[in-house]
Amino acid sequence: MQPVTRIVGTAAPLDRSDVDTDQIIPASWLKRVERTGFGIGLFSAWRENDPDFVLNRPEFGGAKILIAGPNFGIGSSREHAVWALTDFGFEAVVSPRFGDIFRNNATKTGLVPVVVSEEFGEALLRAVEHDPTLEIMIDVAEGWISAPSVGLESEFTLDEFTRHRLLEGLDDIGLSLRHVDKISAYETGRPAWMPSVDPD
Amino acid sequence: MSKTLSEKLWERHLVHEAPGDQDLLYIDMHLVHEVTSPQAFDGLRLANRPVRRPDLTLATADHNVPTIHIDRPIADPVSATQLRALDTNCAAFGIELYPLAHPNQGIVHVIGPELGLTMPGMTVVCGDSHTSTHGAFGALAFGIGTSEVEHVMATQCLPQIRPRTMAITVDGDLQPGVTAKDVILAIIGMIGTGGGIGHIIEYRGSVIRALSMEGRMTICNMSIEAGAKAGMIAPDDTTFAYVEGRKYAPRGVLWERALDDWRTLPTDSAAEFARDVALDGSAIRPHVSWGTNPGQVVPIDGAVPSPESFDDAGAREVAARALTYMGLVPGTPMREIAVDTVFIGSCTNSRIEDLRLAADVVAGRTVKPNVRAMVVPGSMMVRAQAEVEGLDRIFKDAGFEWRAAGCSMCLGMNADKLRAGERCASTSNRNFEGRQGPGGRTHLVSPAVAAATAIAGTFATPSELG
Ligand code: SF4
Repeated sequence: MQPVTRIVGTAAPLDRSDVDTDQIIPASWLKRVERTGFGIGLFSAWRENDPDFVLNRPEFGGAKILIAGPNFGIGSSREHAVWALTDFGFEAVVSPRFGDIFRNNATKTGLVPVVVSEEFGEALLRAVEHDPTLEIMIDVAEGWISAPSVGLESEFTLDEFTRHRLLEGLDDIGLSLRHVDKISAYETGRPAWMPSVDPD
Repeated sequence: MSKTLSEKLWERHLVHEAPGDQDLLYIDMHLVHEVTSPQAFDGLRLANRPVRRPDLTLATADHNVPTIHIDRPIADPVSATQLRALDTNCAAFGIELYPLAHPNQGIVHVIGPELGLTMPGMTVVCGDSHTSTHGAFGALAFGIGTSEVEHVMATQCLPQIRPRTMAITVDGDLQPGVTAKDVILAIIGMIGTGGGIGHIIEYRGSVIRALSMEGRMTICNMSIEAGAKAGMIAPDDTTFAYVEGRKYAPRGVLWERALDDWRTLPTDSAAEFARDVALDGSAIRPHVSWGTNPGQVVPIDGAVPSPESFDDAGAREVAARALTYMGLVPGTPMREIAVDTVFIGSCTNSRIEDLRLAADVVAGRTVKPNVRAMVVPGSMMVRAQAEVEGLDRIFKDAGFEWRAAGCSMCLGMNADKLRAGERCASTSNRNFEGRQGPGGRTHLVSPAVAAATAIAGTFATPSELG
């Protein structure tokens, strides 16, 4: 994973709540066995059926930040949703509430989930709708999101572990493997009734 | 100190905890399927890492498998490639796999419990959000993404943020004809699709205690539709009776030891939950969803709501969008809405008890002309058991298609899909736009309502059939 410290760019306003991962990347795209090439599937049903859909509007082309309503990324665990967003060019998603699995998946790939209050999210969304060129800054190190030219700014929280990983671009499997002795010690104490799979 | 069931399980599985770190949890069972694993195996290969505990890992093919002609080569080349990747990866990393047409193959969340691989006190994960199903046994079970799948493969552990606790208590007695599916739909209708985010839900109360294991699995399965990290039910004699004697259940002295252990798991009487929600079970009616998320439900006696009936502007907008997509007019009684398709299947409602219930409703009756109705058993074991009981004949005689095991029309990755504009009564768990096929319209119902609806052609309960 590449380190992410600061994101500066324009945003696309997705004025919908309860955006589930089936919408972000429909099931027909999930047959691929690679991690790349999902950008063309991003919101494909909405992009195909609605010419006014935000990602079809040229003024929001090149946006690095997606601003959505509450409960973004609920539903299916498919990490393909994150891969589709990053492949399309998004580096952060702003929402008052994320589905837990989506949020975890995002941080593994370096897509920053920015949790803001409903009021701030709404204000930012309106500001971007009003001015698609509005510049937004996300400071991962400090936990701030701001749109200086319209005077909007807010803190956002990331747990320490996730922030550290994002800033340093660390592989979290490597981090867990630092505790391999503890893992081995834990394994010796597991109850004997726990199942293990026999080969057929 | 008094603890809840989920707190006890969390603490038992802590491998490492430190300020500034996430808790590192040990994983007792990792279930793997073809859709969310190929990129994880690739990651292992790139980093030259083995699977740490192949013996705590089981794979099956379920999401992307055909449910007819399973003895023939797979027609879709992309699907075939994905299933081949699972074969190759499992062979290369030493993981036991139940492939298409294997007698133990089926939906991950159906086969884990039926093999006895899901037991109280365990941590169970899978690259699938409905892993919450396994919480019905008093296990801590949750869905993970592909990076986490790779993480578990490499370390048998997962770094996690500790969720908050939430109790949902359903007391009273269910009325006749009301099922576990109706209970969970009523719960999601009440707390909403984001109501459980950041929480582990423990379901409690007399209604939950009275449910069979199949019913409890249906409830825990849909915890994720309320946004919850996991759903759990304390283990009791119903749980133990279900587990005893299954392929991987402990035997003899180990069984006794396991029982002693499992009896210590239920939430202590003085333990407190961060959130408490209560429902009157006696008031729950059979439910039908009308919208495009699982919180948009009404009792079957109700009508399609009008967007204006919602308090906040956001909900009004979501409702209006959903009604347009669903092609529904506010005020239409649910019972007058006609369906094109009935799907009985998915990890929510495809177990033997679900099929018995549905077969009971359709026995001696005929599916309404022009309604396509199909039954997709959750596993090949469920299918075999149903055939021993003659349920397949009952379904086929009534006009249902009888299929092999898989996710099928629950997510429409294989050929079983709704066409645009088609309306479906489905026992699955998600009515998202396009979930069962692009443009398809899904109404979530119980197996009893699905079966009755297949006969009536419009939403119905078994008691209304002539
Ligand atoms: S049946 Fe549906 S919800 Fe369950 S695992 Fe399969 S696709 Fe997911």
